[in-house]
Amino acid sequence: MMSDLFFSFLQIGLLSIGGGYAAIPLIQGETVLRHGWLTMQEFTDLVTIAEMTPGPIAINSATFVGLRVAGLPGMLTATLGCILPSLILVSLLAWIYGRYRSMAALKSVLDSLRPAVVALIASAGLDILHTVAFGGEAASPAHGQGADICLFAAAFFILRRLKWNPILVMSLCGAAGLALTLLAGGS
Amino acid sequence: MAQKRKTGTLSTLFFSMLSISAFTFGGGFVIVTFMKRKFVDELHWLSESEMLDMTALAQSAPGAIAVNAAILVGWRAAGFAGMLMAVLGTILPPMLILSVISFFYASFAANPWVAGVLRGMQAGVAAVILDVVCDLGGDVLAGRSPVHIAVMVCAFLAAWVFGMSVVYIILAAAGVGIALAMIQSIRKRGKGNPA
Repeated sequence: MMSDLFFSFLQIGLLSIGGGYAAIPLIQGETVLRHGWLTMQEFTDLVTIAEMTPGPIAINSATFVGLRVAGLPGMLTATLGCILPSLILVSLLAWIYGRYRSMAALKSVLDSLRPAVVALIASAGLDILHTVAFGGEAASPAHGQGADICLFAAAFFILRRLKWNPILVMSLCGAAGLALTLLAGGS
Repeated sequence: MAQKRKTGTLSTLFFSMLSISAFTFGGGFVIVTFMKRKFVDELHWLSESEMLDMTALAQSAPGAIAVNAAILVGWRAAGFAGMLMAVLGTILPPMLILSVISFFYASFAANPWVAGVLRGMQAGVAAVILDVVCDLGGDVLAGRSPVHIAVMVCAFLAAWVFGMSVVYIILAAAGVGIALAMIQSIRKRGKGNPA
Protein backbone atom coordinates (compact mmCIF):
# COMPACT_ATOMS: atom_id res chain seq x y z
CA MET A 1 0.00 0.00 0.00
CA MET A 2 2.73 2.46 1.01
CA SER A 3 4.84 1.64 -2.04
CA ASP A 4 1.75 2.01 -4.28
CA LEU A 5 1.18 5.47 -2.81
CA PHE A 6 4.84 6.42 -3.14
CA PHE A 7 5.23 5.32 -6.75
CA SER A 8 1.87 6.70 -7.87
CA PHE A 9 2.74 10.17 -6.61
CA LEU A 10 6.32 9.82 -7.83
CA GLN A 11 4.87 9.30 -11.30
CA ILE A 12 2.56 12.28 -10.89
CA GLY A 13 5.50 14.44 -9.77
CA LEU A 14 7.69 13.19 -12.58
CA LEU A 15 5.26 13.56 -15.46
CA SER A 16 3.31 16.70 -14.60
CA ILE A 17 5.18 19.13 -16.79
CA GLY A 18 3.88 22.66 -17.19
CA GLY A 19 2.23 23.50 -13.91
CA GLY A 20 -0.81 22.73 -11.83
CA TYR A 21 -3.40 21.92 -14.46
CA ALA A 22 -1.07 19.39 -16.09
CA ALA A 23 -1.19 17.33 -12.89
CA ILE A 24 -4.98 16.93 -12.99
CA PRO A 25 -5.18 14.19 -15.66
CA LEU A 26 -2.28 12.31 -14.03
CA ILE A 27 -3.88 12.44 -10.58
CA GLN A 28 -7.15 11.24 -12.11
CA GLY A 29 -5.36 8.37 -13.88
CA GLU A 30 -3.57 7.13 -10.76
CA THR A 31 -6.13 7.71 -8.00
CA VAL A 32 -9.42 7.06 -9.81
CA LEU A 33 -8.69 4.74 -12.74
CA ARG A 34 -5.65 2.72 -11.66
CA HIS A 35 -5.98 2.30 -7.89
CA GLY A 36 -9.58 3.27 -7.19
CA TRP A 37 -8.59 5.30 -4.11
CA LEU A 38 -11.19 7.93 -5.05
CA THR A 39 -14.47 7.83 -6.98
CA MET A 40 -14.84 10.30 -9.86
CA GLN A 41 -17.17 12.28 -7.58
CA GLU A 42 -14.55 12.46 -4.80
CA PHE A 43 -11.87 13.36 -7.34
CA THR A 44 -14.05 16.21 -8.61
CA ASP A 45 -14.52 17.39 -5.01
CA LEU A 46 -10.75 17.21 -4.52
CA VAL A 47 -10.03 19.33 -7.60
CA THR A 48 -12.66 21.82 -6.43
CA ILE A 49 -11.16 22.01 -2.93
CA ALA A 50 -7.62 22.27 -4.31
CA GLU A 51 -8.68 25.13 -6.55
CA MET A 52 -10.15 27.01 -3.57
CA THR A 53 -7.19 26.53 -1.21
CA PRO A 54 -3.60 27.75 -1.52
CA GLY A 55 -0.85 25.45 -2.70
CA PRO A 56 -0.05 23.29 -5.70
CA ILE A 57 -2.77 20.79 -6.62
CA ALA A 58 -0.28 17.89 -6.63
CA ILE A 59 0.67 18.58 -2.98
CA ASN A 60 -2.99 19.07 -2.04
CA SER A 61 -3.89 15.74 -3.66
CA ALA A 62 -0.97 13.86 -2.11
CA THR A 63 -2.07 15.07 1.33
CA PHE A 64 -5.75 14.29 0.78
CA VAL A 65 -5.28 10.87 -0.84
CA GLY A 66 -2.37 9.83 1.40
CA LEU A 67 -4.35 10.61 4.55
CA ARG A 68 -7.42 8.73 3.33
CA VAL A 69 -5.53 5.66 2.18
CA ALA A 70 -3.01 5.28 5.01
CA GLY A 71 -3.25 8.07 7.58
CA LEU A 72 -0.33 10.32 8.53
CA PRO A 73 2.42 7.99 7.21
CA GLY A 74 0.47 7.76 3.94
CA MET A 75 0.33 11.53 3.69
CA LEU A 76 4.07 11.90 4.24
CA THR A 77 4.89 9.07 1.82
CA ALA A 78 2.66 10.46 -0.94
CA THR A 79 3.98 14.01 -0.50
CA LEU A 80 7.60 12.86 -0.54
CA GLY A 81 6.94 10.83 -3.69
CA CYS A 82 5.36 13.87 -5.25
CA ILE A 83 8.26 16.29 -4.64
CA LEU A 84 11.20 13.88 -4.99
CA PRO A 85 11.42 14.12 -8.82
CA SER A 86 11.45 17.93 -8.50
CA LEU A 87 14.14 17.88 -5.81
CA ILE A 88 16.44 15.78 -7.99
CA LEU A 89 15.65 17.06 -11.49
CA VAL A 90 15.35 20.76 -10.72
CA SER A 91 18.61 20.70 -8.77
CA LEU A 92 20.24 18.97 -11.75
CA LEU A 93 18.64 21.38 -14.20
CA ALA A 94 19.85 24.36 -12.17
CA TRP A 95 23.38 23.00 -12.35
CA ILE A 96 23.22 22.29 -16.09
CA TYR A 97 21.69 25.69 -16.77
CA GLY A 98 24.38 27.39 -14.70
CA ARG A 99 27.04 25.65 -16.80
CA TYR A 100 25.73 25.74 -20.34
CA ARG A 101 22.99 28.37 -20.47
CA SER A 102 21.59 26.78 -23.63
CA MET A 103 18.54 24.62 -23.82
CA ALA A 104 17.69 24.21 -27.53
CA ALA A 105 17.04 20.45 -27.32
CA LEU A 106 15.14 20.78 -24.05
CA LYS A 107 13.06 23.57 -25.56
CA SER A 108 12.14 21.41 -28.56
CA VAL A 109 10.97 18.57 -26.31
CA LEU A 110 8.93 21.00 -24.20
CA ASP A 111 7.37 22.60 -27.29
CA SER A 112 6.06 19.19 -28.35
CA LEU A 113 4.91 18.25 -24.87
CA ARG A 114 2.81 21.38 -24.43
CA PRO A 115 0.13 20.53 -27.05
CA ALA A 116 -0.23 17.03 -25.58
CA VAL A 117 -0.58 18.47 -22.08
CA VAL A 118 -3.27 20.88 -23.33
CA ALA A 119 -5.18 17.93 -24.81
CA LEU A 120 -4.89 15.95 -21.57
CA ILE A 121 -6.15 18.86 -19.48
CA ALA A 122 -9.06 19.21 -21.91
CA SER A 123 -9.88 15.54 -21.46
CA ALA A 124 -9.79 15.76 -17.64
CA GLY A 125 -11.87 18.95 -17.75
CA LEU A 126 -14.51 17.23 -19.87
CA ASP A 127 -14.56 14.28 -17.42
CA ILE A 128 -15.25 16.73 -14.60
CA LEU A 129 -17.96 18.46 -16.66
CA HIS A 130 -19.48 15.02 -17.32
CA THR A 131 -19.54 14.36 -13.57
CA VAL A 132 -21.20 17.73 -13.00
CA ALA A 133 -23.82 17.09 -15.68
CA PHE A 134 -24.55 13.40 -15.19
CA GLY A 135 -22.92 12.43 -11.88
CA GLY A 136 -25.02 12.38 -8.78
CA GLU A 137 -23.90 9.38 -6.80
CA ALA A 138 -22.94 11.74 -3.95
CA ALA A 139 -25.35 13.03 -1.31
CA SER A 140 -27.81 13.85 -4.06
CA PRO A 141 -28.64 17.55 -4.03
CA ALA A 142 -32.26 18.35 -4.57
CA HIS A 143 -31.95 20.62 -7.59
CA GLY A 144 -31.87 19.17 -11.07
CA GLN A 145 -28.93 18.66 -13.38
CA GLY A 146 -30.22 21.30 -15.79
CA ALA A 147 -29.35 23.96 -13.22
CA ASP A 148 -25.74 22.69 -13.01
CA ILE A 149 -25.33 22.90 -16.77
CA CYS A 150 -26.73 26.46 -16.82
CA LEU A 151 -24.36 27.37 -13.97
CA PHE A 152 -21.42 25.93 -15.92
CA ALA A 153 -22.44 27.82 -19.08
CA ALA A 154 -22.78 31.09 -17.16
CA ALA A 155 -19.42 30.63 -15.40
CA PHE A 156 -17.71 29.75 -18.67
CA PHE A 157 -19.15 32.82 -20.40
CA ILE A 158 -18.08 35.12 -17.55
CA LEU A 159 -14.54 33.69 -17.53
CA ARG A 160 -14.08 33.82 -21.32
CA ARG A 161 -15.76 37.13 -22.15
CA LEU A 162 -15.60 39.19 -18.97
CA LYS A 163 -12.30 37.75 -17.66
CA TRP A 164 -13.36 37.77 -14.02
CA ASN A 165 -11.06 36.29 -11.37
CA PRO A 166 -11.52 32.46 -11.26
CA ILE A 167 -11.68 32.35 -7.44
CA LEU A 168 -14.46 34.95 -7.48
CA VAL A 169 -16.35 33.01 -10.17
CA MET A 170 -16.04 29.78 -8.17
CA SER A 171 -17.23 31.48 -4.99
CA LEU A 172 -20.26 32.83 -6.82
CA CYS A 173 -20.94 29.34 -8.22
CA GLY A 174 -20.79 27.98 -4.67
CA ALA A 175 -23.27 30.64 -3.51
CA ALA A 176 -25.55 29.78 -6.44
CA GLY A 177 -25.32 26.09 -5.56
CA LEU A 178 -26.31 26.87 -1.96
CA ALA A 179 -29.20 29.07 -3.11
CA LEU A 180 -30.47 26.31 -5.43
CA THR A 181 -30.32 23.77 -2.61
CA LEU A 182 -32.21 26.09 -0.24
CA LEU A 183 -34.84 26.87 -2.90
CA ALA A 184 -35.31 23.20 -3.67
CA GLY A 185 -35.57 22.41 0.05
CA GLY A 186 -38.17 25.14 0.57
CA SER A 187 -40.54 24.01 -2.17
CA MET B 1 29.33 35.55 12.64
CA ALA B 2 28.99 33.83 9.28
CA GLN B 3 27.15 31.02 11.04
CA LYS B 4 24.68 33.48 12.50
CA ARG B 5 24.08 35.13 9.16
CA LYS B 6 23.44 31.77 7.53
CA THR B 7 20.87 30.82 10.18
CA GLY B 8 19.20 34.16 9.57
CA THR B 9 19.07 33.52 5.82
CA LEU B 10 17.57 30.07 6.36
CA SER B 11 14.83 31.29 8.65
CA THR B 12 14.06 34.22 6.33
CA LEU B 13 13.78 31.75 3.44
CA PHE B 14 11.54 29.43 5.42
CA PHE B 15 9.15 32.09 6.71
CA SER B 16 9.04 33.97 3.40
CA MET B 17 8.02 30.84 1.53
CA LEU B 18 5.62 29.85 4.31
CA SER B 19 3.70 33.12 4.14
CA ILE B 20 3.78 33.32 0.35
CA SER B 21 2.52 29.74 0.05
CA ALA B 22 -0.19 30.16 2.70
CA PHE B 23 -1.76 33.22 1.12
CA THR B 24 -1.33 32.62 -2.59
CA PHE B 25 -4.42 31.29 -4.29
CA GLY B 26 -4.29 30.26 -7.91
CA GLY B 27 -1.64 28.61 -10.00
CA GLY B 28 2.13 28.54 -10.01
CA PHE B 29 2.49 31.79 -11.92
CA VAL B 30 0.81 33.74 -9.17
CA ILE B 31 3.25 32.44 -6.57
CA VAL B 32 6.23 33.24 -8.80
CA THR B 33 5.01 36.85 -8.97
CA PHE B 34 4.96 37.06 -5.17
CA MET B 35 8.40 35.44 -4.96
CA LYS B 36 9.77 38.08 -7.32
CA ARG B 37 8.36 40.82 -5.11
CA LYS B 38 9.94 39.28 -2.01
CA PHE B 39 13.33 38.02 -3.20
CA VAL B 40 14.07 40.54 -5.97
CA ASP B 41 12.38 43.79 -4.94
CA GLU B 42 12.45 43.49 -1.16
CA LEU B 43 15.44 41.35 -0.15
CA HIS B 44 17.59 41.88 -3.30
CA TRP B 45 18.82 38.28 -3.19
CA LEU B 46 18.29 37.83 -6.92
CA SER B 47 18.35 40.03 -10.01
CA GLU B 48 15.25 40.41 -12.10
CA SER B 49 16.71 38.42 -15.01
CA GLU B 50 17.78 35.60 -12.67
CA MET B 51 14.21 35.40 -11.41
CA LEU B 52 12.93 35.23 -15.01
CA ASP B 53 15.37 32.41 -15.82
CA MET B 54 14.29 30.58 -12.68
CA THR B 55 10.64 30.98 -13.63
CA ALA B 56 11.30 29.46 -17.05
CA LEU B 57 13.20 26.56 -15.48
CA ALA B 58 10.54 25.99 -12.81
CA GLN B 59 7.90 25.95 -15.49
CA SER B 60 9.69 23.56 -17.82
CA ALA B 61 10.80 21.05 -15.18
CA PRO B 62 8.40 18.34 -13.99
CA GLY B 63 6.39 18.95 -10.83
CA ALA B 64 4.63 21.87 -9.20
CA ILE B 65 5.91 25.29 -10.32
CA ALA B 66 5.84 26.65 -6.76
CA VAL B 67 7.99 23.78 -5.42
CA ASN B 68 10.40 24.03 -8.36
CA ALA B 69 10.81 27.78 -7.93
CA ALA B 70 11.42 27.29 -4.19
CA ILE B 71 14.15 24.74 -4.95
CA LEU B 72 15.92 27.14 -7.33
CA VAL B 73 15.72 30.17 -5.04
CA GLY B 74 16.71 28.05 -2.03
CA TRP B 75 19.86 26.68 -3.71
CA ARG B 76 20.82 30.15 -4.92
CA ALA B 77 20.32 31.81 -1.52
CA ALA B 78 21.79 29.23 0.86
CA GLY B 79 22.78 25.99 -0.86
CA PHE B 80 21.39 22.59 0.06
CA ALA B 81 19.99 23.62 3.47
CA GLY B 82 18.38 26.65 1.85
CA MET B 83 16.73 24.43 -0.73
CA LEU B 84 15.29 22.18 1.98
CA MET B 85 14.01 25.12 4.05
CA ALA B 86 12.38 26.79 1.04
CA VAL B 87 10.64 23.56 -0.02
CA LEU B 88 9.46 22.86 3.53
CA GLY B 89 8.03 26.37 3.80
CA THR B 90 6.24 25.90 0.48
CA ILE B 91 4.60 22.55 1.18
CA LEU B 92 3.66 22.93 4.86
CA PRO B 93 0.65 25.29 4.41
CA PRO B 94 -1.15 23.16 1.78
CA MET B 95 -0.41 19.99 3.79
CA LEU B 96 -1.92 21.48 6.96
CA ILE B 97 -4.95 22.96 5.22
CA LEU B 98 -5.76 19.78 3.28
CA SER B 99 -5.27 17.65 6.41
CA VAL B 100 -7.92 19.68 8.21
CA ILE B 101 -10.26 19.52 5.21
CA SER B 102 -9.83 15.80 4.67
CA PHE B 103 -10.50 15.24 8.40
CA PHE B 104 -13.86 16.95 8.03
CA TYR B 105 -14.55 15.85 4.46
CA ALA B 106 -16.88 12.92 5.21
CA SER B 107 -19.21 14.93 7.46
CA PHE B 108 -18.68 17.97 5.25
CA ALA B 109 -19.85 16.28 2.07
CA ALA B 110 -22.84 14.65 3.81
CA ASN B 111 -24.24 18.03 4.86
CA PRO B 112 -26.81 19.03 2.21
CA TRP B 113 -25.87 22.74 2.35
CA VAL B 114 -22.16 22.06 1.96
CA ALA B 115 -22.97 19.57 -0.79
CA GLY B 116 -24.95 22.32 -2.55
CA VAL B 117 -22.02 24.75 -2.32
CA LEU B 118 -19.55 22.10 -3.50
CA ARG B 119 -21.79 21.14 -6.37
CA GLY B 120 -22.12 24.73 -7.53
CA MET B 121 -18.36 25.13 -7.30
CA GLN B 122 -17.85 22.00 -9.37
CA ALA B 123 -19.72 23.61 -12.23
CA GLY B 124 -17.36 26.55 -11.69
CA VAL B 125 -14.20 24.45 -11.62
CA ALA B 126 -15.19 22.73 -14.88
CA ALA B 127 -15.61 26.20 -16.41
CA VAL B 128 -12.23 27.37 -15.02
CA ILE B 129 -10.39 24.33 -16.41
CA LEU B 130 -12.02 24.53 -19.83
CA ASP B 131 -11.37 28.29 -19.95
CA VAL B 132 -7.66 27.60 -19.36
CA VAL B 133 -7.80 24.92 -22.06
CA CYS B 134 -9.23 27.43 -24.56
CA ASP B 135 -6.37 29.86 -23.82
CA LEU B 136 -3.66 27.20 -24.06
CA GLY B 137 -5.21 25.49 -27.09
CA GLY B 138 -5.51 28.87 -28.83
CA ASP B 139 -1.78 29.43 -28.24
CA VAL B 140 -0.99 26.06 -29.85
CA LEU B 141 -3.17 26.86 -32.89
CA ALA B 142 -1.62 30.33 -33.18
CA GLY B 143 1.83 28.70 -33.32
CA ARG B 144 0.79 27.30 -36.74
CA SER B 145 3.05 24.28 -36.42
CA PRO B 146 1.35 21.32 -38.14
CA VAL B 147 3.29 18.84 -35.97
CA HIS B 148 2.23 20.49 -32.72
CA ILE B 149 -1.40 20.74 -33.80
CA ALA B 150 -1.32 17.07 -34.84
CA VAL B 151 0.17 16.15 -31.44
CA MET B 152 -2.65 18.03 -29.71
CA VAL B 153 -5.41 16.38 -31.78
CA CYS B 154 -3.92 12.87 -31.46
CA ALA B 155 -3.36 13.27 -27.71
CA PHE B 156 -6.95 14.39 -27.24
CA LEU B 157 -8.35 11.47 -29.24
CA ALA B 158 -6.11 9.01 -27.41
CA ALA B 159 -7.14 10.33 -23.98
CA TRP B 160 -10.80 11.24 -24.38
CA VAL B 161 -12.02 8.81 -27.06
CA PHE B 162 -9.77 5.78 -26.54
CA GLY B 163 -9.07 6.23 -22.82
CA MET B 164 -5.33 5.66 -23.23
CA SER B 165 -3.09 6.04 -20.20
CA VAL B 166 -1.77 9.58 -19.64
CA VAL B 167 1.75 8.24 -19.13
CA TYR B 168 2.03 6.79 -22.66
CA ILE B 169 0.61 9.94 -24.21
CA ILE B 170 3.18 12.15 -22.46
CA LEU B 171 6.05 9.80 -23.34
CA ALA B 172 4.92 9.69 -26.99
CA ALA B 173 4.79 13.50 -27.15
CA ALA B 174 8.26 13.71 -25.59
CA GLY B 175 9.43 11.23 -28.26
CA VAL B 176 8.10 13.51 -31.00
CA GLY B 177 9.97 16.43 -29.43
CA ILE B 178 13.23 14.47 -29.29
CA ALA B 179 12.83 13.40 -32.93
CA LEU B 180 12.21 17.04 -33.98
CA ALA B 181 15.29 18.20 -32.06
CA MET B 182 17.42 15.54 -33.79
CA ILE B 183 16.09 16.46 -37.25
CA GLN B 184 16.82 20.13 -36.55
CA SER B 185 20.38 19.48 -35.45
CA ILE B 186 21.04 17.25 -38.50
CA ARG B 187 19.68 19.97 -40.82
CA LYS B 188 21.86 22.59 -39.16
CA ARG B 189 24.93 20.42 -39.57
CA GLY B 190 24.03 19.75 -43.24
CA LYS B 191 23.79 23.45 -43.99
CA GLY B 192 27.05 24.18 -42.22
CA ASN B 193 26.95 27.62 -40.67
CA PRO B 194 24.18 29.73 -42.25
CA ALA B 195 24.88 33.45 -42.07
